[in-house]
Amino acid sequence: MAETAHKHPSYMAIFWYLAILTVIELAVIYLPLPKFTIGVLLCALALGKAALVAMYFMHLRFETRTLGWIAITPLAIATLLVFVLLPDGFAVLKTTEDAKKPAAAAPAKH
Amino acid sequence: MSEAAVHSMVEPAETPLTPDSWGKLGMWIFLAGDAVGFGTLLAGYGAMRATSGDWPNPYQVLGINLTAVMTFLLICSSVTMVKALEWLGKGDRSRAIQYLFFTALGGAIFVSLQAYEWTHLIHRGLHINQNPWGATLFGTSFFLVTGFHGLHVTGGVIYLLSMIRYVANRPEPAASYNAVEIAGLYWHFVDLVWIMVFTFMYLL
Repeated sequence: MAETAHKHPSYMAIFWYLAILTVIELAVIYLPLPKFTIGVLLCALALGKAALVAMYFMHLRFETRTLGWIAITPLAIATLLVFVLLPDGFAVLKTTEDAKKPAAAAPAKH
Repeated sequence: MSEAAVHSMVEPAETPLTPDSWGKLGMWIFLAGDAVGFGTLLAGYGAMRATSGDWPNPYQVLGINLTAVMTFLLICSSVTMVKALEWLGKGDRSRAIQYLFFTALGGAIFVSLQAYEWTHLIHRGLHINQNPWGATLFGTSFFLVTGFHGLHVTGGVIYLLSMIRYVANRPEPAASYNAVEIAGLYWHFVDLVWIMVFTFMYLL
């Protein structure tokens, strides 16, 4: 039967890892570090937590590789999307900043 | 020889890609699609925020104490979900149902807390088209993303409650193991998405 096919990990251990990582996340935002470093730390902690949930609670670690590939695809797509959207975002930012400047300094170039 | 027997004889051989459970594969494909939905929302949020001149600092304006409790609650409900499956695997149907109920209860409390949080923020002036602390899109994206996730939790609670009925009606506990594992995948996914939403929309 499926339930005996793979060994279950200690779910309580995963729970404690997740709880501790959440506490670390809450502490990180108050650390006297540059905003960029805090951002990188938070992203790493979030990905770590997500990986724990996917690997152990969703049993991905004990599944076939096909399911792993299916699971990793959205992450790649979302990461690419950020880069696809950024140029549009910066264009909007530039327009907003141009609009804030005095009318004389903003010739009608668009 | 019956037609079914003929069909089973001409069934093609299993490939290494054939999953143990087609239902599980189906749920994973659905979740991947759903994850692209959430990924799009979060990527859009990131792009809007990175290029906004007056984006507020989320954890200062939203308050994260209640949300931290909600995060903890969802992690706990993931644990009760795996416990439900574990009990079902051991053949203890009543404990499995009990833990499925705890999981659904955790989800229901989560949605209630979210409703409380939304009410509180709306009273303070954060609307879908209005933000007293800066960029209007902050309010739009906040309600859109947390609302989309909240709908998933609500759907999950209904799914879990229907699973309780399903488990109770099966002739033996093992017959519902696969279906509960698939429901569990959905529930853990909702937890996983919240981990991302909590980090990107509240802490960062």
